[in-house]
Amino acid sequence: MTTAGAYQPSPAEAGEPEAATLLSVRDLRVVFQRRGRRPVHAVDGISLDVEPGRTIGVVGESGCGKSVTSLAILGLLPKRGVQVSGSVRFAGRELFKLSDQELREIRGRELAMIFQDPMTSLNPVLTVGYQITEVLRRHFGQKGQEATREAVSLLDAVGIPEARSRVDSYPHEFSGGMRQRVMIAMALSCEPELLIADEPTTALDVTIQAQILELIKELKRETGTSVILITHDLGVVAGMTDDIIVMYAGKVFERAPTRELFAAPGNPYTKGLLKSVPDPAHEEGTELYQIPGLPPDVAHMSPDQCPFAERCYRAEDVCRREFPPFVRLNAEHFSLCHFAEEVYQESLAARGGAVTTYGSRMDPDGKPAQGGAGR
Amino acid sequence: MSLTEAETQELQVERDQIVGRWTDARQRLLRSPSSVIGLVLIGLFVFVAVFAPLLAPYEPGDQNLSVIRPGVYPGPSAEHLLGVDQLGRDILSRIIYGARTSLVIGLVSLGFGAVVGLTIGSLAGAFGGRVDTVLMRLMDMMLAIPGLLLAIGVAAAIGRGLTAVMIAIGVVNVPVFARLLRSSMLSQRESDYVLAARSLGVKRGRIVVGHIIPNSIAPVIVAATLALATAIIDAAGLAFLGLGSADPGVAEWGRMLAETQSFLQNAPHAAIFPGLAIIISCLGFYLLGEGLREALDPKFRR
Amino acid sequence: MLKFIVRRLIQLIPILIGLSILVFLWIRTLPGGPAEALLGERATPEAVARVRELYGLDRPVWQQYGSYLESVVKLDLGQSVVSRRPVATELRERFPATIELTIAAMIFAVGIGIPLGFLAAKRYQGPIDQLSVAGSLIGVAIPVFFLGLVLKYVFAVKLGWLPTSGRSDATSTALHPTGFYLLDAVITNDRVALVDTVRHLILPAIALGTIPLAIITRITRAAVLDVVNEDYVRTAHAKGMEPNVVDRRHILKNAMLPVVTIIGLQTGLLLSGAILTETVFAWGGMGSWMYQAINFRDYAVLQAGILFIAIVFVLVNLMVDITYARLDPRIRVR
Repeated sequence: MTTAGAYQPSPAEAGEPEAATLLSVRDLRVVFQRRGRRPVHAVDGISLDVEPGRTIGVVGESGCGKSVTSLAILGLLPKRGVQVSGSVRFAGRELFKLSDQELREIRGRELAMIFQDPMTSLNPVLTVGYQITEVLRRHFGQKGQEATREAVSLLDAVGIPEARSRVDSYPHEFSGGMRQRVMIAMALSCEPELLIADEPTTALDVTIQAQILELIKELKRETGTSVILITHDLGVVAGMTDDIIVMYAGKVFERAPTRELFAAPGNPYTKGLLKSVPDPAHEEGTELYQIPGLPPDVAHMSPDQCPFAERCYRAEDVCRREFPPFVRLNAEHFSLCHFAEEVYQESLAARGGAVTTYGSRMDPDGKPAQGGAGR
Repeated sequence: MSLTEAETQELQVERDQIVGRWTDARQRLLRSPSSVIGLVLIGLFVFVAVFAPLLAPYEPGDQNLSVIRPGVYPGPSAEHLLGVDQLGRDILSRIIYGARTSLVIGLVSLGFGAVVGLTIGSLAGAFGGRVDTVLMRLMDMMLAIPGLLLAIGVAAAIGRGLTAVMIAIGVVNVPVFARLLRSSMLSQRESDYVLAARSLGVKRGRIVVGHIIPNSIAPVIVAATLALATAIIDAAGLAFLGLGSADPGVAEWGRMLAETQSFLQNAPHAAIFPGLAIIISCLGFYLLGEGLREALDPKFRR
Repeated sequence: MLKFIVRRLIQLIPILIGLSILVFLWIRTLPGGPAEALLGERATPEAVARVRELYGLDRPVWQQYGSYLESVVKLDLGQSVVSRRPVATELRERFPATIELTIAAMIFAVGIGIPLGFLAAKRYQGPIDQLSVAGSLIGVAIPVFFLGLVLKYVFAVKLGWLPTSGRSDATSTALHPTGFYLLDAVITNDRVALVDTVRHLILPAIALGTIPLAIITRITRAAVLDVVNEDYVRTAHAKGMEPNVVDRRHILKNAMLPVVTIIGLQTGLLLSGAILTETVFAWGGMGSWMYQAINFRDYAVLQAGILFIAIVFVLVNLMVDITYARLDPRIRVR
């Protein structure tokens, strides 16, 4: 019981994905079913592709299903009360068809994940070094000294000073930013093909955020890992990603290359998000913009209307009567909206049709914004 | 608005929250089957204890010597539903009156322990510093002696009898309540709403009485219920060891068990029924106590 | 780590002193006055006067305390009213029995409690879980002495599978160099004695250990349930670690923290419950010794018993604290 009209995949997506695609998610659905409560469609038909060496941003408000998506891909959702369906192909293998044992081989080794809260994501009673060597021992069979040496060099690579002595420290002896670096070291220890970073900077200070993002970028450059970067903060994805997916209420609302998304959004929700980003170029005293209304209640969604209709500036009757189509705006730009074309054209017109330089942002009114992407 | 207005408003919000929390807790409590069972058992226990004279077919000290012979103490029969003991006393009646004894011991010892303990705890929590350290050291020393042992010590020093038992168990409960209230008060002293009240200029005494104490009630109630459960068991234990009442007319479950030891083979019923009585009443308070703890816990995790 | 241990050892001293003060005051509150109480029936005026002088009961309180402390440290604990033997001697004879029983009960409680609690948590709301929850709720309400009586009646009297009382058969010729019967049997290589001792230990250990078993099961289950939902367990899974590894290294290691503390507290329950159990099973340890003391107003014995057990309890808790610090690095900083 979900979307009445499922979106139409592009010709390239329909059927088998290209052999080179690293990760291919098709129509992923996650339903949480608690006794006596309505089923919650946390993820409602998500599809995405990740090419080798590319970074994808998954953006959306809290509760839109982005974290659940990543957990579903890794198979980390609880078994009870959760129904997962769809297809996730990773390096040619269908993950949902693998046994637990086979999945465990892949996790940590080819497919790694780092989580939001570095304070609670590390085991407090084991040393940092042990938690890193644990992965190396498990996947590569490295022993004692060799593994420790590797752990030290990993800690070094992520910027932990005095790595040799700190390898024997415990998580509580590190600051939040340092712990996140440890998490990154742990995740990249086996040089995975794909790293999923679930809100890696949300729990950190703004200044540290930038450092962590830079670190991820740099490591990505060195190792060629693909990255899925999940966040609610558009500023984070601006300078980091190649493509962006915007999620709302468990569905993909817009998908486009990063530049394109910022320059010419084709969806009212995206436009709202962009407008909400505080801009240092704006004058003092300007009120911050907020998308009106509250995030959707995913337990009570009607399949016959656009989930964003209540809050949309562009909404008309049809939005409340029919589920919107997934419209292809150009080769790589899609939007889930009844008025996708119009919104897109408006955006294009607003910025005069010219392509902007990489990394700069436009506010929806078309004026170039000061302040670079290094938030 | 004036200081008193602001404070009244704030207190009102507080009260609403607290009342809300209680009604909420009550609902949650009634939904938990174990808590309901506990309530029923307690109800049964209290009912039996209060109406003992009306319910018991015989007097607890009555010896019906006609039905017994040396070594033969009949079990359940028509005249004696639960049988008789080695002195011909009706077991059912003794169990009924024993409930009364247990209830009295429980309530008195709890009252004593709670009053003294809470006073100490609130003094320590309110004044902090030296007072706190001294009082808590004293409590720690009392806690260094395991509960039953402490009770034995106190009871032995006082002598035999119910009063000794009551005081002994009361004493054991003192440090428990003291520490409970003290830590509750200490953790609240640092909490935001207290800081807010102080910044508004509310006097310390009012903060304690009007804010901190109402918030500390919940864990105290939980502790009191659980303390009743242990009081019943400990009282029985003390009686078993010979520290309870020496009066043969007074029925005490623990002593009933102690007396059966020599003729266990002949008359197991004399031991089983008092034992079951202890288990059932203790279980009732325990289930309720645990249920209360879960119901009043703001973090309710299932 | 070492600093932590030293610090805790130093903190021990005021507690021990406080304990001795408590017991000292207690003696003075005994009915009849301390001299009479310690002498019991033999309280002739001369004896009383002698004791008064000996204990310096005419001297100021703090001096009395001083000499009291001195005598305790020298292990001069007075004489038993009942047996007329030095209390210290009897203490030495009696305590191994109680320690052995306590350890056996603890092994029973922990050996079953932790795995059961863990299993119950892992199969949350499954049949094992529901049974163990019900069991632990009821288990706490069963008085030690009642359980002892029931076990004795069913298994020893009716079924005759196990002995009814004592630490060993009356006909046993086993040697007991240390006083710890199990240890002795191993040392002297005495198969028969070993079996005999174990058979005698079973019922009392089960009776004594049931309440701690119930509590440990509950706490373990609760702790594991908490830990299983922690983020770092999710991280471990995300790293592809094997389930047993996750169980052992990540879940159990963290879940054990509250359990270890509880075990320390339970020891107190065991030590005091030993009195009740030993009475039921006529176990020749401190429990039955003190039971006698209660009945005969043998206050010298009572005093020694309470002091000894309290000290053991304090030491056990110290060990628990140290173990906890070994397990949880965050504690060591404090």
